[in-house]
Amino acid sequence: MSLQALPLLPVAPVEGSVIPRSKSSERDLRLDLFRGLALWLIFLDHIPSNIVNWITIRNYGFSDATEIFVFISGYTAAFVYGRAMREQGPLVASARILKRAWQVYVAHIFLFAIYTAEISYVAHSFENPLYHEEMGIFDFLQQPDITLAQAMLLKFKPANMDVLPLYIVLLAGFPPMLWLLLGRPNIALGVSASLYALAVHFDWNFPAYPNGHWAFNPFAWQMLFVFGAWCGVGGAKRLTAVIASPITAVLAIAFLVFAFFVVLTWYVPGLEPLVPQWLEDLMYPIDKTNLGLLRFIHFICLAVLTVRIVPRDWPRLQSSWLRPAIVCGQHSLEIFCLGVFLSFAAHFAMVEIDQGVGMQIALSLLGIVLMVATAALISWYKTIEGRSPRSRPGPPGATLVGGGV
Amino acid sequence: MRLIVVALLCALSGSMAVAKDGNECVEAAGSVAPDFGLPRVAQAIARKKLDIVVIGSASSELNGPSGTNIAYPTWLEGSLRSLLPGVAIKVATYARPRETASEMEAKLPQVLSESKPALVIWQTGTADAIRGVDPDEFRTSLDDGVDKLRAAEADVVFMNMQYSPRIEAMLAVTAYADAMRIVAVKREAVLFDRFTIMKRWNESGVFDLYGATRTTNIAERVHGCLGRLLAETVMEGAKMAPPPPVVKGTN
Repeated sequence: MSLQALPLLPVAPVEGSVIPRSKSSERDLRLDLFRGLALWLIFLDHIPSNIVNWITIRNYGFSDATEIFVFISGYTAAFVYGRAMREQGPLVASARILKRAWQVYVAHIFLFAIYTAEISYVAHSFENPLYHEEMGIFDFLQQPDITLAQAMLLKFKPANMDVLPLYIVLLAGFPPMLWLLLGRPNIALGVSASLYALAVHFDWNFPAYPNGHWAFNPFAWQMLFVFGAWCGVGGAKRLTAVIASPITAVLAIAFLVFAFFVVLTWYVPGLEPLVPQWLEDLMYPIDKTNLGLLRFIHFICLAVLTVRIVPRDWPRLQSSWLRPAIVCGQHSLEIFCLGVFLSFAAHFAMVEIDQGVGMQIALSLLGIVLMVATAALISWYKTIEGRSPRSRPGPPGATLVGGGV
Repeated sequence: MRLIVVALLCALSGSMAVAKDGNECVEAAGSVAPDFGLPRVAQAIARKKLDIVVIGSASSELNGPSGTNIAYPTWLEGSLRSLLPGVAIKVATYARPRETASEMEAKLPQVLSESKPALVIWQTGTADAIRGVDPDEFRTSLDDGVDKLRAAEADVVFMNMQYSPRIEAMLAVTAYADAMRIVAVKREAVLFDRFTIMKRWNESGVFDLYGATRTTNIAERVHGCLGRLLAETVMEGAKMAPPPPVVKGTN
C-alpha cells in the first residue's frame, strides 16, 4: 500500500511528539484502550495467589496480556516512528527509536533496584527450615559483583521482569525493519516470519544468567511486534475485507471455543481424557518462550473479533467510563513499570499484613486506581509543561512519552 | 531434652495441635487420587514386597533437632506399613540439594541398579527454577527419565515443588510445574501436586506457611501430612491397576 494512505496530521505538526487525545480523528483510541487493559491484566497476573487473577484472559485461552501488549506496541511504534521516518528521514527516526529503547532500559534497571531491595529484605527477615531449598534464590545477593553486571547486560532477569528486556531488544532492532516496512511491507513481514521460523528451528535465543535462555525469545516474539507494525503502517486496512468476512468470524470463534475447552481440561480434573492423544501430541507443549503458534493464532482470533465488535468510531471510546484504561494505555511505559512495582508491593502487603480474599481484591483495585491516577497525573504534567495538544506544541524532538511504545 | 520440648509444645498448643495433626490437613488437601494406575506397585504388593525410591532435592530431606529424619519419605514408609500389614515396605531416599532434573535423570541407572524399586517418587522442579534451567530442557529430562524408569519396570510418581507464599513472587515456578503436568499427562505418569496441596493448606489456614521460624515444628507437620497423602496416592494408584496374575516374567 502506498504511504500516502497513512493518516497524516491535519496541521503542520511537530512530528509525532504531540499525540492528540480524545477528539483526534487520527489516533485509534482502541489501541490505547486495549493496551491500558493489557497493563491492568499484566499487573494482576504478577500478583501471585491473587483471586482476581481469575478474570485475566490467560485462564480462558492460550495467549495472555503479553501478546496484546507486544502487538499494540509494534502497531504504535510503526505508526508514530513511521511518520517520523517519512517526514524527517531514517536517521532522525532511528535516533528517536534508539532513544526510546534507552529510556526503557533505564526503567528496567530502576525496577531491578526496587526488586533487589524487596528481595534483600525478605532474605534477611525470613527463615523457615521448610523452605531451606527455596532460599537458594537469594544466593545471587552473595555475589553482587557478578549479578549486578549480569543484570545490566540484561542476562540476569528476576521473575516477572522479562517483558521490558524483550521490549528493549525489539526497539533496538526496529529501525531497519521499519524502513523496510515503509517501502516493502510484505517483504518485511516475510523477513520477520522467516526469522521466527529459523529461530524456532535452530533454537536461537538470547543467553541468560546463570544459565538458560530468555523467557521471551526476542527472535520469536519479534514476529508479533512486526505484525503489529505491519498493521500500523497500513496492513490493517488491507485486511479489512478479511476481518469483515463472516467466515473469518466463525473460524475465530471456533478456535477460541476450542482453546477455552483445552484450557478447561488443565483446571478441571477428569476432563483430561477428553482430549485425544493425537491432539495432545500436536499441541503440547504450548511454547511461551518462542511464541508458540497456538498462542499467536489465539491472539489473532481475539484481535479479529475485537476489531469487529469495537469499531474505530465506537462512540463509547469517548465515554468517561473507558477513560481510565485509555489514559493508562497512553502512558504505557510509565504505567507498565508502575504495575510491576505495584505487584511487588501488593505481594509484600499480602505477606506482611493479610492474605485474605478481601485483601487480595482490595489490593488489586487499589493498584489499578493508582495506575489510573498516575497516568492522569502524567497527562496533567504534559499539559502544564506545554506538551499537550491544547497548548503550544513542544519543541522539536520532544520525547514521545505520550506516543508510548 | 526432646521430651521436654514435646511436653512444652503440647502444653502450648493444646488440643489445636492434635486436631491439626489429625485429619484436618488431609481434608484440606483435596483429592489426591492419581490420574493413572500404578501397576508395578500393585504387583509388588501382591508379592508382599514393596521397594520405593525417592529421588529429589533438599525438600525431600528434613532433619529434626536430634538429627532424626523427619522428612516425608519417612512418613510415607510408616503410613504404608500400617496400611499394608504383611507387606515388606522399604523407602530409600536419594536426595541432594540443588540437584536439577537433568542431574537426577543422569544418575537414574545407578539408583535403579542399586535398588530395583517398583516405584520411583521423583521430586523436582525447584532447583531447576532457581538455577533458571530452560523449561524445554527440564521437560526433556523428565521425558528421558520416564523412559529409563519404564525400561527398569518401575512406576513413577512426579512430585512438584513446594508452595511458598513468601518467595512466590520471586521464584517463577509456573513453567516448570506446567512441564511436569504435561509430561505426566502425556506419559500417563502420576503427578503428586504438592504445590496445590500446600497452597490449599495455606489458604484454609491449616498451616501458616508465611510465618518465619527457626524451629522445625511446622516443617515436620507439613512433611508428616505430605507423607500420609503420598501413601494414599500410592494405595489408590495400586487399586486402579489391578495386578495381573503373578507369573514370573509376565507384563
